[in-house]
Amino acid sequence: MRAKSENNSKEWDRKPANQRDAMIQQIIKAKINGTPVEVPAGTTILQAAQQVQIEVPTLCKHKDLLATAACGLCIVRVKNMRKMPRACCTPIEEGMEITTHDSELTEVRRTVIELILSNHPNSCLTCGRNTNCELQTLAANFGVRNDNITRYVRDLPKDASNGSIVIDFTKCIKCGRCIQVCQEMQNVWALSFLERGINTRMAPAGDISLAESPCIKCGQCSAHCPTGAIVENDETATVWAALQDSNKYCTVQIAPAVRVALGEAFGYAPGTNLTKKIYTVMRRLGFKAVFDTNFSADLTIMEEASEFVERVAHGKGTLPLITSCCPAWTDYMEKMHSDLVDNFSTAKSPQQMLGAMAKTYFAQKKGIDPAKIYQVSIMPCTAKKYELERADSMNASGFADVDICLTTRELARLIKQSGIAFNQLPDGEADSILGEYTGAATIFGATGGVMEAAVRTAYYFVTGENLPKEGIDIHPVRGLDGIKEAELDVKGTKIRIAVAHGLANVDKVLDKVREARDKGEPLPYHFIEVMACPGGCIGGGGQPYGISDDLRRKRTEGLYQDDREKQLRCSHENPEIIRIYKEFLGAPLSEKSHHLLHTSYSARPKYQR
Amino acid sequence: MKKITPATLEAIASAPVNAPKNWIKVGLDTGGIAAGARYVFDALAGHIAYARHPISLLRTGSNGLSFADPVVEIECAGMPHVLYGNIHVADTKTLLDEHIIKHRILEDHVVATRDRGTKCEGDTTVILVQDTSAEQGDRTRFFQDSFIEEVRRQGLQGKVQVVRAMDMGIYKKGLVVQLLPSAVTYENVLAANISEIIMDTVKKGIVLEKLLHREPDPQVRIVMRNCGRLDPESLDDALRHGAYQGLKSALLVHGWEKTIGVMKASALRGRGGAGFPTWLKWKLTRDNVADQKYVICNGDEGDPGAFMDRSVLEGDPHTVLEGLMIAGLCTGATKGFFYIRAEYPLAVARIQLAIDQAKEAGLLGKNILGSDFEFDAEIRLGAGAFVCGEETALIASIEGKRGSPSPRPPFPSVSGLWGKPTSINNVETLAAIPAILCRGGEWYAQYGIGESRGTKVFAVTGKVNLAQLVEVPMGVTLHKIVYDICGGVSNGESIQAVQTGGPSGGVIPESLLDTPISYENLMKLGSIMGSGGMLVMDSNNSMVDVARFYLRFCVDESCGKCAPCRIGGYQMLQILERIFKGHGKADDIPKLKRICHAMQNASLCGLGQTAPNPVLSTLRYFEAEYMAFIEGGVTYARKIRKQLEGVGQKAS
Repeated sequence: MRAKSENNSKEWDRKPANQRDAMIQQIIKAKINGTPVEVPAGTTILQAAQQVQIEVPTLCKHKDLLATAACGLCIVRVKNMRKMPRACCTPIEEGMEITTHDSELTEVRRTVIELILSNHPNSCLTCGRNTNCELQTLAANFGVRNDNITRYVRDLPKDASNGSIVIDFTKCIKCGRCIQVCQEMQNVWALSFLERGINTRMAPAGDISLAESPCIKCGQCSAHCPTGAIVENDETATVWAALQDSNKYCTVQIAPAVRVALGEAFGYAPGTNLTKKIYTVMRRLGFKAVFDTNFSADLTIMEEASEFVERVAHGKGTLPLITSCCPAWTDYMEKMHSDLVDNFSTAKSPQQMLGAMAKTYFAQKKGIDPAKIYQVSIMPCTAKKYELERADSMNASGFADVDICLTTRELARLIKQSGIAFNQLPDGEADSILGEYTGAATIFGATGGVMEAAVRTAYYFVTGENLPKEGIDIHPVRGLDGIKEAELDVKGTKIRIAVAHGLANVDKVLDKVREARDKGEPLPYHFIEVMACPGGCIGGGGQPYGISDDLRRKRTEGLYQDDREKQLRCSHENPEIIRIYKEFLGAPLSEKSHHLLHTSYSARPKYQR
Repeated sequence: MKKITPATLEAIASAPVNAPKNWIKVGLDTGGIAAGARYVFDALAGHIAYARHPISLLRTGSNGLSFADPVVEIECAGMPHVLYGNIHVADTKTLLDEHIIKHRILEDHVVATRDRGTKCEGDTTVILVQDTSAEQGDRTRFFQDSFIEEVRRQGLQGKVQVVRAMDMGIYKKGLVVQLLPSAVTYENVLAANISEIIMDTVKKGIVLEKLLHREPDPQVRIVMRNCGRLDPESLDDALRHGAYQGLKSALLVHGWEKTIGVMKASALRGRGGAGFPTWLKWKLTRDNVADQKYVICNGDEGDPGAFMDRSVLEGDPHTVLEGLMIAGLCTGATKGFFYIRAEYPLAVARIQLAIDQAKEAGLLGKNILGSDFEFDAEIRLGAGAFVCGEETALIASIEGKRGSPSPRPPFPSVSGLWGKPTSINNVETLAAIPAILCRGGEWYAQYGIGESRGTKVFAVTGKVNLAQLVEVPMGVTLHKIVYDICGGVSNGESIQAVQTGGPSGGVIPESLLDTPISYENLMKLGSIMGSGGMLVMDSNNSMVDVARFYLRFCVDESCGKCAPCRIGGYQMLQILERIFKGHGKADDIPKLKRICHAMQNASLCGLGQTAPNPVLSTLRYFEAEYMAFIEGGVTYARKIRKQLEGVGQKAS
């Protein structure tokens, strides 16, 4: 399931068919604060109010999620109704006269905010969400000026056990967003509510540590948390120390999705592509070489597309081939779908490939001791932190492919700490040899992008020619539908592909594969792309706050524009890729490639105890 | 077992009851068992077997007379029908010897029936006496002696026994005398009347109009019609008492549409507390088209001091099952769930037995009573969370999820259990339904006032003389319940207030006890009907303490989902604790009111919205006591606490 923001698909699905049909046609007329509104039946008061430029305050309702109705702030007054309904979950009805703000409503809301504050540590200044916290904003907006309800906060230790995200249970306001994300959106069920009453707390189900739980580190909980209860594990200090260390040769790589989201932290419009500014800021921060993960995205495509061609055309290996560049997804698969391990592409993710190339090829070429290279990656993702140590093959070159991973949010903080006026920076360039990229690489950051890139190159591998210019955009795999399916014609061969994002959607696709496999029927798909986070990496758990489908679309558009503007739009055309195979790797799937660029997967227990 | 067909039911309905003639029934419900009824039952069984008494020992549920537990009822040839209360193991042998062999009634144990005879036909064999004018000391023995003397004088010795009753069901009417078996009852009997009672009524059968107790029994037993009468573990006995006749007429006479019409005519409203019209709930569920629908019996009774549902489930399980089946028929549901809290093991066992018996008899399954109606039922245990009585939380709990409420709409009638249309009815509601179908909606609607029709069961507890379950028509006053049925306040103290509606309700001060009970009236007083808990408090009770007690209950039971209830309740409790300890501050009362207001309006479910009621209603009627605590400080608080502790010790 991926709850759609605009029409609350889940609530709709629960309506009997006859009613649903009636609702589609029906238009409801009502008044909000005297302003007439006309909305389709099923629209909530909250959504209808937005249409007339009114934002009803809420702490628990998130655009991505179904209303849990937990915070009680969005209450409104409806004429002739004794109770104050919650705007977030009450469908607007014909003729309703709604008041969203008056002195009594404001007073009730202020009291509720005060109550929530009385159960929340008074530690804004040292909080990871300081100046960027929904509770803090509301407290400020409602002018809460006194602290006269005695504070009661349970003494609960933080959970930093899994290295990717840190949970401060005391800051949790029990809005239930993270739990809905973890259970419904991602189908992981690591988080749940425990206990009840004032002692209710959000925690890993079974009251174990996060590391022992099925958590896949996707970080969507942190991206949806309204307060500082769940944040990424901040490692900026470690990076500062490394930059300071003269024995280290610090290099950096920037993931595709980072370039179109980082700007949000500096006042740019969402989706603004800041690749060149990011190159510059990296150099100013003191990185000795600036690489682009997009380069290794092209490399990944070379390996993965070759793998696909091997499996489809030469029957070597299991079909369907499933992408493996999303570490949250690989963790999920190893825990929940380990029967499909053989279907996984063994190609490492671009992050790891770039690291491996930096410490081998780049080091050789530049004559640098690979032991001195300190590779930092900037990722939109918290699970990438986990991927660094996911398996032994992440050290295949003898050195860790990547030494440390920062999320987009941490990078923004790093830049702000440095005092560099990011907005005023001139454009810069990446270091040659691991910096050039094609349009196919940059769309890795959006759902369907890996599939599209792989198809562009696989088509070339099979047919020996590029897709025609008008066919290079593979539209069926784009967009925010949870599951996208298509059938492609590769010179007479039909290739069925599927793209799923948001892990709850993945199960449906995989179940179809299993069913066919068990019945001995033809496979429903040849190639499946999976991204754990809705929207793909642009909606990653480490991206700037405020995620919504609208934001996902804008960031995605930034990437597609980058693709469109690129001269070269297929990975196999990247001159640096051609060069690296010629000078170093030989050919895709060569022995050297296998050693440095591939990994393996195996079943893992869901629970670690 | 033979399958039950419409013909079987008809035969049972028309044929005289084929039940044993001589019997002893022991009330084996949770309350009775706690008071020792199981031991009494076993002891009686031993004595009967040993002495080969020609009498059958039967089990039954509670008739509601909790104060008299364990209760034993005897029907024995040559003796009037008698109900004995407070029979313990030590009394069992004497009871049998006296009652069955010697044909003598036991002293001080008889609980008079609430029958009121107006004619005295046949020979009076027993005169029950009780002095109900408690103020002047108990003169029952004196009167008994006077009666015995008079009986002897008039030559009836050996023919008429004069017995001290334990409870006559009449209060503050001086000496009350009841003649058995005619049940002619006299009140305010003076010593001077004794000889004429014997002379005229006992000897000649002339009823003395001037002494006659005329007030009819205020109780009307519809929901509890079979409780304490039938054997809850026997389908045969249930059938003898009319079980499944309502289903038969719903199924074979009315059909679902007319059955809903009957329910509409009865004006029955949900007895779980909110009072939503039952027929409408069914209609809404019926109107939603779905491949599967469900009906649920809400047996998650959780109000402190409430035990109506438990008694009905334990005392008359087949009727509740029958009610659920009728609900299934009307809504189009083929599957029913009993959601019963696990703390009610006996209710669970008896409902399970009823389901098993009904299945075996073909009353559950396919083609019920030869029709195409299909229905199955099973039990789900609640873990005892109060909030799971709220219907969306209850549904979540049955689905195996955390029992916390979800926003409505969608209402369960649209999207309930597993997303299917679901109708949830309380035990008491369901138990009333078969009777309504047998006797008609108008018959039921004759009881009650205004929008509140029919009867309601209340569990009256607290500082009341005779804690018990009462079933009265709507519109009866609280005063009548407390004084005329339950014998007033214990220890002769004056009543301060009555708390209704459990933790969601409020207190009603003594001055307003004459209000006729209805959903609307109680709401106006700042309380609610609730499920029917009624706690009587005398002048020794501290209202701040009472508010604290109920609020603590809600704070403990809050599911923690929504902020206003989770935090608001806790913070209010902290303030109340502070006030109660004498550390209250001047602005505590406005602060309490502010949080109450926010909780009422911003909480998600009924628990949070009504949790402030005990605080608000005590503030409304007893703000002076709050002020006394705040102004009196620690000294005052200590004094009150001491007083409360003293009461506690006295009671124990």
